Amino acid sequence: MSASSSGKGNIPAIEVRDLTVAYREKPVLWDIDVSIPQGVLLAVVGPNGAGKTTLIKAILGLIKPAAGQVRVLGKPYSRHNRMVGYVPQRGSVDWDFPTNALDVVLMGRYGHLGWFRRPGSRDVELAMAALEQVGMAEFAQRQINQLSGGQQQRVFLARALVQDAPIYLMDEPFVGVDAKTETAIVDLLKALREQGKTVVVVHHDLQTLTEYYDWALLLNVRKIALGPVSEVITEDNLKVAYGGRTAIGVL
Amino acid sequence: MIMPQLEIMLIGSVVAVACVLPGVFLVLRGVALMSDAISHSILLGIILSFLVVRTLDSPLLIIGASLAGVLTVSLTEMLIRTKRIKKDAAIGLVFPVFFSIGVILICLKASNVHIDTDAVLLGELAFAPFHRMIMFGIDVGPHALWVMGVILVLNVALLIGFYKELKLSTFDSGLAASLGFSPVLVHYGLMTVTSVTAVGAFDAVGSILVVALMITPPATAFLLTERLPRMIGLSVLFGVLSAVAGYGFAHALDASIAGSMATMTGLFFTLALLFSPSQGLVTKFLTWKEQQVQFSAQMLAVQLLSHEGTDIESSENTIDNMVDHMGWRERDARRITRYAVQQGYIQREEKLLSLTPFGRELARKISIS
Repeated sequence: MSASSSGKGNIPAIEVRDLTVAYREKPVLWDIDVSIPQGVLLAVVGPNGAGKTTLIKAILGLIKPAAGQVRVLGKPYSRHNRMVGYVPQRGSVDWDFPTNALDVVLMGRYGHLGWFRRPGSRDVELAMAALEQVGMAEFAQRQINQLSGGQQQRVFLARALVQDAPIYLMDEPFVGVDAKTETAIVDLLKALREQGKTVVVVHHDLQTLTEYYDWALLLNVRKIALGPVSEVITEDNLKVAYGGRTAIGVL
Repeated sequence: MIMPQLEIMLIGSVVAVACVLPGVFLVLRGVALMSDAISHSILLGIILSFLVVRTLDSPLLIIGASLAGVLTVSLTEMLIRTKRIKKDAAIGLVFPVFFSIGVILICLKASNVHIDTDAVLLGELAFAPFHRMIMFGIDVGPHALWVMGVILVLNVALLIGFYKELKLSTFDSGLAASLGFSPVLVHYGLMTVTSVTAVGAFDAVGSILVVALMITPPATAFLLTERLPRMIGLSVLFGVLSAVAGYGFAHALDASIAGSMATMTGLFFTLALLFSPSQGLVTKFLTWKEQQVQFSAQMLAVQLLSHEGTDIESSENTIDNMVDHMGWRERDARRITRYAVQQGYIQREEKLLSLTPFGRELARKISIS
């Protein structure tokens, strides 16, 4: 039975089984089992070095796991890469690259184009519409290193939007952005969820969790808890994840 | 003697364009020094292939040499992946070994043939027109021009074909991989192109000019534009200009042609570094100076306002007093005053300075904010 016919809603958006990732013999993720249902807005939380980014990269196949497997809508990611829109950390690219905001957003269309084909006027229209949606239309022609951190982040989000995927993976989109951008991102995340998309976001701020997300995955090398935010973010779970005092201080 | 001169400039220009095309992406990816590594270690590939086929005209030489280039890249990256050594050190570790083995092999096994250790660094561009390409008994031009012409056409075709993939994997290799474009494949494709280009150019212009042409024109163009297509266009322009001007320079001074061409790339870079409209050091300094004078002129207006209408106005609001009170040097005080007069902030009667209505308004705004 194909994913597009009946029973689609029952297949998990992302399913991770027995996943272990190690950098030089040191495990970063240890025996992770995660099943993320379709249509949730999920935060991945945990202390620094918990393996949050590594998990995202392992789902995308950017890192080879030592053990375990990942399925996206029931299939290995490599045969499914148009199903996932990816927003990497802002610091992972060189913003001095000679290009403008519109061109960066257009890169989100490359997956649909495949090898050799160039973006056409339809792709430019979609890219402009996405820039409009994140409030960046007037900066379309701006050189990317002349944008503020928040503006750069919104360009990245616009780029993910034009990928038009059912699943989104975002790595710390809130880091170093201004309040205006934070609100814009939250609105966008909620709009994506309303459209029935599955959104997985690496998140740092425990205080905004209940406000922004409906599900959470608490991680610290091992999986600590997964489920609705209110069930996951308990004092006991946070103690396990962050170690005693920090957790109580945060709540 | 016109033909050989033209041919040398033409070969230089074709080499330049062929080199800058991969060079733009090497520079943007921060692996420009790979061109240095590749252009040296191909010597080992050339001599090893020569020992097998025993002729310098076989295309096998280009293949063997290019393989040595790609091997250098993969060994370097293996070293980097061990994380026991930094990237720049890893680049510097592999190629000197390959290059040295190449030099030793030339001395031991091929000292009687036309691979000359002197020519390795700067090539023999002056002799390139004498090595002709003969097809069906007809002289169709210099051999080097044909070799580099073919490589240039290949590079242009690959750049057009894979432009989008090159751009994406250079800017954001994570996204490229997640979209199913293998950045590893693109990377090794680029390194292979760099190797083949370096091998072709090596014979004509030597390894130093290969490195100079791959890195310097793109680095120059990077200072002058903020768009990738323009960066490529400007790189081509500076590459050709360096080849032509370098030949003229060498001819006038009777100096090494390849050396002169490499010097020209450096000259253009220095000019761009100093005078680029957006990023030039001199340009930035002048803008900064201008802003300083503008700021000081506004301070002057505020100062004048504070003493306006008081009984010490006639003693306070003079140029001499500005020198005393604001701590300005006399020369700067005159410049700032002149600027303030030009901008219509103040007027000047003999030594006394007074605000214009416009200047008064401006000074009020500044002191409120």
